[in-house]
Amino acid sequence: MKKLILASVSLAAIAMNSFAGGTADPLYTKVTIDSLEKQNNDEKSLNWEGNIWVGYDLNKLYLYSEGEKGKETSVESENQLVFSRAISPYWDIQVGLGYDKTPSENQTWGVLALQGMAPYFVETRLALLLDDEGNLGMRLEVEYDALLTQRLSLTPSISSSFYSDDIPEMEFGKGLSNITLGLRLNYDITREFSPYIGIEWNKNYGNTNDFNQNDETYAVAGLKFWF
Amino acid sequence: MKNLTRRSFVKGMAATSVVAMGSINLNAGVLNQSSLKINSIADEVEVLSGKVFNLNIGKNTVNLTGNPAIATTINNSLSGPTLKWKEGDEVTINVTNHLKEDTSIHWHGIILPPHMDGVPGISFDGIKPGSTFTYKFTIVQSGTYWYHSHSGFQEQTGVYGAIVIEPKNPNPYKYDRDYVVNLSDWSDEKPEKVYRKLKLKADYYNLKQRTVSDYIDDIKEKGFFSAFSSRKMWNEMSMTDRDLSDVTGATYTYLMNGKNPNSNWKAIFKANEKVLLRFVNCSAMTFFDVRIPGLKMTVVASDGNDIQPVCVDEFRIGVAETYDVIVEPKEKEAYSIFAQSLERSGYALGSLTYDKNIEAVVPSMDDAQALTHSDMGMDMSNMEMEGMDMSGMKMNQATSNNKEDKQMVMSGMKMSKEMDMSGMSMPMNHENKEIPITKLEEEFGPQTTMRVQSPQYRLDDPGVGLRNNGRRVLTYSDLKSLTATTHDAYPDREIILRLTGNMERYMWSINGIAYEDAKPLEFKYGERLRVTYINDTMMNHPMHLHGMWSDLETGDDNYLPKKHTIVVQPGSKISFRVNVDAMGSWAFHCHLLYHMGGMFRKVRVS
Repeated sequence: MKKLILASVSLAAIAMNSFAGGTADPLYTKVTIDSLEKQNNDEKSLNWEGNIWVGYDLNKLYLYSEGEKGKETSVESENQLVFSRAISPYWDIQVGLGYDKTPSENQTWGVLALQGMAPYFVETRLALLLDDEGNLGMRLEVEYDALLTQRLSLTPSISSSFYSDDIPEMEFGKGLSNITLGLRLNYDITREFSPYIGIEWNKNYGNTNDFNQNDETYAVAGLKFWF
Repeated sequence: MKNLTRRSFVKGMAATSVVAMGSINLNAGVLNQSSLKINSIADEVEVLSGKVFNLNIGKNTVNLTGNPAIATTINNSLSGPTLKWKEGDEVTINVTNHLKEDTSIHWHGIILPPHMDGVPGISFDGIKPGSTFTYKFTIVQSGTYWYHSHSGFQEQTGVYGAIVIEPKNPNPYKYDRDYVVNLSDWSDEKPEKVYRKLKLKADYYNLKQRTVSDYIDDIKEKGFFSAFSSRKMWNEMSMTDRDLSDVTGATYTYLMNGKNPNSNWKAIFKANEKVLLRFVNCSAMTFFDVRIPGLKMTVVASDGNDIQPVCVDEFRIGVAETYDVIVEPKEKEAYSIFAQSLERSGYALGSLTYDKNIEAVVPSMDDAQALTHSDMGMDMSNMEMEGMDMSGMKMNQATSNNKEDKQMVMSGMKMSKEMDMSGMSMPMNHENKEIPITKLEEEFGPQTTMRVQSPQYRLDDPGVGLRNNGRRVLTYSDLKSLTATTHDAYPDREIILRLTGNMERYMWSINGIAYEDAKPLEFKYGERLRVTYINDTMMNHPMHLHGMWSDLETGDDNYLPKKHTIVVQPGSKISFRVNVDAMGSWAFHCHLLYHMGGMFRKVRVS
């Protein structure tokens, strides 16, 4: 894989030399950390959410990861590796695998996702999950960046999850499982690097809440960056 | 906006020097002067004349921003030397490549054999490192032109220069001295990095985006519902009316004859002289709005060709265009030659002065204007300004309306009183002859964010940023060839090229197809072809056809100005005619460097 990437990069470099304006669609890699933050919740957790992609304008390979590490607890994370293809100007369809990890258990999913920018500049990702026992999951993330100044922005976000059945070992309950509402105030020191502070409300519902009671509001502080 | 990078430092300094001139703020000026004088390259742009020229492409350290950076240069000069040719001469130009990568020189706007045109992959194989390529051709035209590398991003990093061709017959206008005014954009960032940033975050360099407080101002001004509905269409389309230029003063320092605003390039005149200024836009990405406060400018040529003189306060020069203007400065006066970028993030600056030690007062930049619904290709004639809905616009739908495309140049034009209607043959009354349209392949998938529904000819629209600014601004409807073009045939056929893109993904194409996936355009030798552009994007695209003149339809068929580069305004359409008189393969593309990879076609004349 590494060799293949190297070969593509050098091919792109050769092509770039021969033609004005370079290659229209070179191979790029982008690393985005949407949040790396300390949450002032019961667990005093460190949380992250981000992705890495490698690819071209219309076809990319994405690795998504989000998770948390509580002060007293081990790492929990949700990860996806998907192939992403543009299907319209603003939307990508994605197919691949998901891997959720708790301190003691793990769960593998097949993933079908839709990612893009909805009208009114709303960043959206909706992922459908299916495991080998026929359990269905759905995870939705929606975010909007409101520019207060050219550097200061306020970002409300909603994320939510649903499951078709109980998966007790993962503490997923049937039906609406969780809603998290966030509001973060970012300051772009550069276009690539923005510290922020914010507040988050996080609540479990239904059987999920029976497995793991959770309803709290807490402050967050962290960094977002990309390169 | 208070971004204290080194570039704002330089631009900030340029602003400071205005203050310093008449007052006490000398420290900053002195500090700045010393920090900017470390150029290891030629201080003045060299002028070469004769019939044999030697150009050496190499690398130099330059300091245009306060920090040293590497430029690709011609004969150790940024910009490259001005080449003076004579109409009728055969010129020989030996171009030697001292770089570690291929290079090439394209003679922009020059009529010549296809293998001398200098486009790697189309005209020839390019110039390999360490080798020399000899260009040889006969000059069949006169006026102001330019040349530049057609390889990689070398044009951005310094490989460009002006060409001045002396006419066989004396000019129809008189002047006492002339200067080339070469405008360009410089970045210390490597162009590959700039391109990557645009791909990863298309609005990376846009530091004038719409904010919540703009919205609150709108609400105060118009009330909530009106403010909301005037934003509605933009929001529904995920587009912004502040999307004016892809690359801005956030990374660019704007140069005049290779000098930053702080160095303030000088053109000296003597009392009672008429001065011809030959403006050339050698930028990679920047449109400039040019004025010389205190002076009227008489525009006498466009893209090297004489036009009927027109007197203006200001003109916009698209990337790769040239305009020749005559000014008559008053005795013992100094004037600023002020070229602000379209999105108002900076300016190139020089002085027209009687004494090289006297600089003029520098005007302040105008405010940026936002794009309007007409820039989205909406027909404003039957719509209210506010509360607009989506009805006039369809996104990403194949709704080509041929009758619409036939709509003639007149519709967007104002008639001047001097125009003699009887002597004009407008396209609309030309025996009502239909021009058959040759359909081209089209694709409208993820490549294309929008498709304008009612593109209008907007020849008398000075464009976003220059509208209603109280000055007389040149527009394309002012451009009329000095010599009659009556002998040209009526077009045999027409093709329609939609300039398409996806700003979010930073992809550019023609008819929704990027260059690498496109078949060449087939032109027939000897035909008279009409080409209509429809701009389906929110950006101006300076479209350049190599090898043949683009006769721009500006209202009077008998006096079509010959151009090599035509600016197509956002959401508009515009037509030109070509005498297909040059066999071979030619490049045809948008001249914005970072659009060029996709918004490009090979033309085959056979």
